Amino acid sequence: MTTVRISDDAAALACGADAVAAAFAKAGCMVERVSSWGMHWLEPLAEIEGQGFGPLTAEDVASVLAGTSEKAIGTIAEHPFIARQQRFTFARAGKTRPLSLDDYAANGGWAGLKRARELGPEATIAEVTNSGLRGRGGAGFPAGIKWTTVANAPGPVKYIVCNADEGDSATFADRMVMEGDPFMLIEGLAIAGHAVGAGKGYIYVRSEYPHAITKLQSAIALAVPYIAPFEVEVRVGAGSYVCGEETSLLNSLEGKRGEVRAKPPLPALEGLFGKPTVVNNVLTLAAVPFILANGAQAYSDVGFGRSRGTMPIQLAGNIKHGGLYEVGFGITLGELVNDIGGGTATGRPVRAVQVGGPLGAFHPPADFPLPFDYEAFAAADGLIGHAGLTVFDESADMSAQARFAMSFCAAESCGKCTPCRIGSTRGVELIDRIRARAGRAADKVETLPQMHNARKAPRSLAEDVTLLEDLCETMKFGSLCALGGFTPYPVLSALKHWPEDFGVGTPAQEAAE
Amino acid sequence: MTNQDELDTILAGHMGREGALLPILHDVQAAFGYVSEEVVRRIAQALNLTRAEVHGVVSFYHDFREAPEYRPVLKLCRAESCQARGVEAMVAALPENPRVAVETVYCLGLCSVGPAAMIGHEVHGRLDAARLGALVESLA
Repeated sequence: MTTVRISDDAAALACGADAVAAAFAKAGCMVERVSSWGMHWLEPLAEIEGQGFGPLTAEDVASVLAGTSEKAIGTIAEHPFIARQQRFTFARAGKTRPLSLDDYAANGGWAGLKRARELGPEATIAEVTNSGLRGRGGAGFPAGIKWTTVANAPGPVKYIVCNADEGDSATFADRMVMEGDPFMLIEGLAIAGHAVGAGKGYIYVRSEYPHAITKLQSAIALAVPYIAPFEVEVRVGAGSYVCGEETSLLNSLEGKRGEVRAKPPLPALEGLFGKPTVVNNVLTLAAVPFILANGAQAYSDVGFGRSRGTMPIQLAGNIKHGGLYEVGFGITLGELVNDIGGGTATGRPVRAVQVGGPLGAFHPPADFPLPFDYEAFAAADGLIGHAGLTVFDESADMSAQARFAMSFCAAESCGKCTPCRIGSTRGVELIDRIRARAGRAADKVETLPQMHNARKAPRSLAEDVTLLEDLCETMKFGSLCALGGFTPYPVLSALKHWPEDFGVGTPAQEAAE
Repeated sequence: MTNQDELDTILAGHMGREGALLPILHDVQAAFGYVSEEVVRRIAQALNLTRAEVHGVVSFYHDFREAPEYRPVLKLCRAESCQARGVEAMVAALPENPRVAVETVYCLGLCSVGPAAMIGHEVHGRLDAARLGALVESLA
């Protein structure tokens, strides 16, 4: 009997994988539901004896089985998109059934936890520190240092919290880990618990990921004997973007409004329920089993500058070959968009690439030589964030994107600090005026005779733009967390690189005038 | 089983849990479709919180409704990646259908196969104006 392997990842399901699987089963094949290879433009992708076929519909099944399908892509593992990657975290992607303990153990599973237990807590933390692993949620804080702080904090009760509130547009690597290789994440949590002396771990998953929630819950039930006495529990978010910020996530876990907490105290010392807490992103914890199993050196041998190891990069938006591409740091933005991503899906020239989700900067094609590295992107007024790339073609209106960034911040602000809560709303109004080239007349109060210092003349476009820059500066330096603090990145980068979309001449033109 | 009994069962199931409020509200939302004022009062009593505290949490999160939505709901992603794939033009072209609630979500994690939508737990990708229209029609 022919065995056909088809993914049950949500991206495959969204493209009709269930119907294709049912058609293969009806044709008498044995169907195995596995994790996704990450080649999402080819989903639903079927694998028969290593050979790939995609994107399939139920009608293609007969020709695939007859060997006449035009959708054959050859050996999947040798496909250039896969062969050029360095898969540490996604080593099992496409190869294992997500909830099969046998598949997991046969493909290197639990080796990291076993070695961590042999090494003992201190040496485990040393391995993580030496690997150079940095927080994959966006801030890039060294994981080993965070773990050391928690391990040294006094008190019998400590927690591991896994941040799986993956709200950034263009990111889906966390979802793929949770749906495709949930045991790896659970193993990562167990290693962290062992290292810092925590007995309980929470995985906070956003409610928009129902498939990930179900898979994790099933996986945790199966993994109990492997990770005991450590316990893991899934908690479900409730549609709030800001809960991806670690302190509001902790408040949400405690059953409160997801409002940001001022730091200090650091969550590492006073986190969940006031206890020392490791808060790590899914990808950070998912990288840990590899590091422990293969040693810190194997991980840190790969990378660029101070960014060590691999990054699961997510190619999304208007891109021809969208999907997951895990590679060592240092690959350039241009290679990712053009060579690997194949340019835009519409075939039109790339206008902008937003790196790092709704809080990341827009980069013009001139930035394509930038190496993928925390420091290099920071130096170019951008950020890597959770390594999601949204590609826009030339039809994109960048002032509209800047407006969206502000309105998104207004919709999702937790409301605790003023620059974010009020600034974002004022930002939307300001960009609306700039887009309408409306200027701003003095309002009723400003024209009162008592208001001696208020200006009476309307504000010009140039003044509105300056005001927008001022507002962005206030938000950037005055906000409590990254939501208000980083919303200026997309706004200012759009204004800087595409001033024509705001009705402002390029700097060169203005100088000439 | 009356609503009262069902609420009691939900509350009993979560007593003694750390940070029980969100799991309780999720269960209430799933069972009743919304979180009524009366339910807020009962939860507050059970968890020894003020009604204001519980109301504050209910109103903070997009998932919890304070009034029921009787129509079928289609959640359409309108975040950046789906925008880059043309979701805004699809929204503009979508005929009004008073029998279906089309709600905006920011990101379903299907950014490489957008524009994407979710109905219940069922996900749909690679939508265009026609397919989105047909999905909405199918719910009406």
